[in-house]
Amino acid sequence: MILSRNFVKDYIDLDDSLDIKTIGEDMTRVGNEYDEARKFIDCTKLVIGEIIECVEHPDSDHLHVCKVNVGADVLQIVCGAPNARAGIKVIVALAGAKLPGGEIKAGAIRGQESNGMMCSIAELGLDNKFLKTEDKEGIAELGSDAVVGEDPIKYLGWDDEIVDFDLTANRGDLLSMLGMAYELGAVYDKPVKELDLSHGEAGEDINKSFKIDVQTENCKLFLARKVENVQIKESPAFIKNRLMACGIRPINNVVDISNYVMLELGQPLHFYDADNLGDTIVVRMAENGEKLTTLDDIERALDENDIVIANKEKSVGLAGVMGGLDTEVESSTKNVIIEAAIFDGVKVRKTSKKIVRSEASNRFEKGLDSKRTYMAMERACQMLEKYAGGTVVTGMCKHDVTADEDKKITLSYKNVNDVLGSSISKDEILNVFRKLGFTYEANDAEVIVNAPSRRLDISIKEDLIEEVSRIYGVDNIEGTIPTIGEKMGDYDNTIRSIRHKMSELGLNETLTYILINDKDVHKYTTEEFEELKLLDPITEDRNTLRYSVIPSLVKTYEYNKAHYNKDISIFEIGKGFFKKGEKYGENQKIAALMTGKYYLGVGNQANVDFYIIKGIVEELLDYLGYANRYSFVIPKEIPAEFHPGQVAEINVNADSVGIVGKLHPSETKDSVYVMEINLDKLLAKRVGKMKYKDIPTYPNVNKDVAFVMDKNKTSKEVESVIKKAGGSLLTNIEVFDVYTGENIGENEKSIAYSLTFNDSKKTLTEEEITPIFEKIIETTQNKCGVKLRK
Amino acid sequence: MEDVFVGVKLKIVPSKRKEGIMKEQIEQIKLTAKEEISKVEDLKTLVDLKVKYLGKKGELTSVLRGMGALSPEERPVIGSLVNEVRDELEAIIAEKENSFKEAELNKKLEKETIDITLPSKKAIRGSEHPLNRTIEEIEDLFISMGYEVIDGPELETDEFCFERLNLPKGHPARDMQDSFYITDEYLLRTQTSAVQAHTMLKYAENQKPIKMICVGKTYRREDDATHSHQFNQVEGLVIDRKENKVSLADLKGTLEVFVRKMLGENTKLRFRPSYFPFTEPSYEVDCTCFKCAGKGCSLCKQTGWIEILGSGIVHPNVLKMNGYDPEEWGGFAFGTGIDRLAMFKYGIPDMRYLYANDVRFLKQFDRKD
Repeated sequence: MILSRNFVKDYIDLDDSLDIKTIGEDMTRVGNEYDEARKFIDCTKLVIGEIIECVEHPDSDHLHVCKVNVGADVLQIVCGAPNARAGIKVIVALAGAKLPGGEIKAGAIRGQESNGMMCSIAELGLDNKFLKTEDKEGIAELGSDAVVGEDPIKYLGWDDEIVDFDLTANRGDLLSMLGMAYELGAVYDKPVKELDLSHGEAGEDINKSFKIDVQTENCKLFLARKVENVQIKESPAFIKNRLMACGIRPINNVVDISNYVMLELGQPLHFYDADNLGDTIVVRMAENGEKLTTLDDIERALDENDIVIANKEKSVGLAGVMGGLDTEVESSTKNVIIEAAIFDGVKVRKTSKKIVRSEASNRFEKGLDSKRTYMAMERACQMLEKYAGGTVVTGMCKHDVTADEDKKITLSYKNVNDVLGSSISKDEILNVFRKLGFTYEANDAEVIVNAPSRRLDISIKEDLIEEVSRIYGVDNIEGTIPTIGEKMGDYDNTIRSIRHKMSELGLNETLTYILINDKDVHKYTTEEFEELKLLDPITEDRNTLRYSVIPSLVKTYEYNKAHYNKDISIFEIGKGFFKKGEKYGENQKIAALMTGKYYLGVGNQANVDFYIIKGIVEELLDYLGYANRYSFVIPKEIPAEFHPGQVAEINVNADSVGIVGKLHPSETKDSVYVMEINLDKLLAKRVGKMKYKDIPTYPNVNKDVAFVMDKNKTSKEVESVIKKAGGSLLTNIEVFDVYTGENIGENEKSIAYSLTFNDSKKTLTEEEITPIFEKIIETTQNKCGVKLRK
Repeated sequence: MEDVFVGVKLKIVPSKRKEGIMKEQIEQIKLTAKEEISKVEDLKTLVDLKVKYLGKKGELTSVLRGMGALSPEERPVIGSLVNEVRDELEAIIAEKENSFKEAELNKKLEKETIDITLPSKKAIRGSEHPLNRTIEEIEDLFISMGYEVIDGPELETDEFCFERLNLPKGHPARDMQDSFYITDEYLLRTQTSAVQAHTMLKYAENQKPIKMICVGKTYRREDDATHSHQFNQVEGLVIDRKENKVSLADLKGTLEVFVRKMLGENTKLRFRPSYFPFTEPSYEVDCTCFKCAGKGCSLCKQTGWIEILGSGIVHPNVLKMNGYDPEEWGGFAFGTGIDRLAMFKYGIPDMRYLYANDVRFLKQFDRKD
């Protein structure tokens, strides 16, 4: 919303000494942020001049050398404009003048002295949409009444200043000069002036010849009046200038008046060519598939959510959004029907999103005060009478089911200070309401405020507290810290601990986007779920919510590889999303991807392999308290993206919580290993408190044994048999060597175990251990089909 | 070894004279031994000499054996002299022995000396993402002020993301947040405020006060140089009984602490009245520009201020919809984006670096802050 200083001055006396930037800042402080505050025409050192002599430049075929009378002086100025000639009044930028295109300097052009520049309208920085061809092609020619030596911007009526506000959605009332006047009045403690809306009336009452028929609840107020015999012509300068200052292009006096009244009072109006409209206006919802050609000459397909204005035959306009082509006001228009109405904001918003967002639709969306609708109707009639020579027809057609009244809200001073944490006196509080132009009845404890209907944003006492804080100023309230006595819940630091543990293990944490390409969503898992796709993605590459975090890490790996980063060990804790059955859900997951070196140093380098990433998983599970409760098993179903011989399901309490393995060679030629654990599933498995256990008092006895077995036999199977056979005195089993090669069969491997025996009650003797050890060897050979390696 | 027999010859000498001769003899052994020891250059010879003079069959021992010929008065004199000499020789040998051992050890150490400037053996080093580091700092600050940290879903319903926050369908303020919908009902949360409603409903069952923050990912349908479609927010909510007067002043004080901690002690705040459907009154909070300290620069568009927070007093409708009686309860809420704070904290010039996950970027965040 652009505020024009000249325009708003009709309603409030602002001190001329107030800088336009200060106005922007002061309005910002009360909640109305501004983007830009500046002169409408931002130029310096311009004067009106008259060309008194114009001759051809001796060294040019298009330049003129002019003598220009600027009042105090006669300047020689070289000018290239084709319309430069003696006798016309022009705009002269003196040496040192600052224009949007740069600074003007005195100098010589092809040997001829030139002390300034004669300007075109375009060179003054007027927005391109306001420029006519002649404004760009030649220097501006001012009227003969222009006084040499005076300010041309003032002469043109463009000596205006503007502030472009970025208003909040609740302040629809500020989308008008009158609304701005009230707000400025509160800021600067100035009264708002009354508006004269009087005009004449003639002829038979419109209700005898014209009818409105509102068939939908989405139109609470519809007013129609008729103005006859208007003359379509150019608007007076002040109307055009104010429209331009506010960013609207002048068209003709009738169209301009409808825009002018909207800017002034905030109420959008629509003018119909009465002769093309007929004798009835119907307001109804469109039928599905109904067609309407809007005034931009585009045929629109409508549906049941669009409010339309229709005559007896067909729709003639999209309510609040755009009029129809057939009933548009044209240069031949004689008689005009004025529509001033309030349409449902939500419906207008939906329709305008489809068609076009406009100044009008924006105002309907933000809400309108019915009092303004009546005012706008009278203002439009008055202006059509005055500036288009029209005759206002007696009477008004009216459909009004609004109940806008000033709201009486009771507010206690204590309440204000409790909520704001302030100690604002009764007088200061009442002063705020007075400045805002709200009437009230006050006693010692509370005040009943009449919040005017124009302030649609005010309905409860909290809204009034906000008004007090706005106008009184939050800067005047001292900050404090709240104290709540009651003990609050604890902070669960599990996720944070996992992050730190993974970082300690040498992995770098990533933070990737959860939106991925739907092509990748079912990868790296065989779990069944329905993927979640966005209804309206920004790009197809990010059209689906990820289920697994691994696709994000693989993409990160690819990105890094393309940037010549070879050794990559990364992890991420993040969510995966799904629909299973009718249920939508999300799980916190941790995934890691590792490739390249893990150990560094001369003679010590080691590349990541399956056992290193498995080690990471175990370290994490041990750290989280799941030691001795997990196992790695060959998955029943292997996702196609994994190497079928190097993949394991991670089980905790015999329940799958994740997967670890090498990526399939068809995925990448590099040795890349990934793992993922569903943290929600894992952390649901309870872990006991960390507790002290007795340290063994008596010495351990260690025995080593190696078995030769088939390559595909798992160590886990052998270990569990050893464990069972060893009984309670066998306290630990550790693999210390794995061997393949000479002396054993081609498809065999040898695994060496170190067994630890301990008795918590006495020192074990060789005689006690030997039979147990022999039993272990025998049982393992028999049960596992392995051979003792001698 | 001939000298060993000297003592034997002495047997026949009368005792007084014998005493004198033995003393001389002992003195002689001492001198000879000392000379020989001084010439020794290796440990083995030294050990041999030790045996020769001090061993069971050594020269000094032999002298002792010859003492039988002496009178009872003379014996202790000679005996103590022998012991004196023995002690002296033992000390000299021990000293020599130690110096040999030390030399040998030094030789060994010298041999084992390595180039300590060669690379170490180590496992790779990990790091934590700067955004999560910033989140942890924020969490720690609020935990220290007695706040609870609460997590909530990222896949939200329209009800919790909007409706329960006083944003009915069709509300114009919904334009402020263009959303990623999955269905008509489900969407990716556009704001952590959604967690407010969940928390209030939960605590309302026992009518308990609330002092919580929620930190996490949020999503909006926009993507440009300064906006990522995925970003992070922190949301704070304090609800207490009216008589405890949780006020705008409290909100102001809390945010002052927060901003000074995150952006520096000299940061100033400006509360600008604004509009959010879930709070009334509502304020946007600007801080003095962290690039130019308020002087005016391109980042703050010459205003000296940067908008960083949205905040306000919880709207009575929000309290009502989520189980608290607005006549009895009140409080404040605030929310801010974290990405920009992280960028400021670590001097990261471009928002996109945060999500590119180049390991050369990630690895920089590998130490104590």
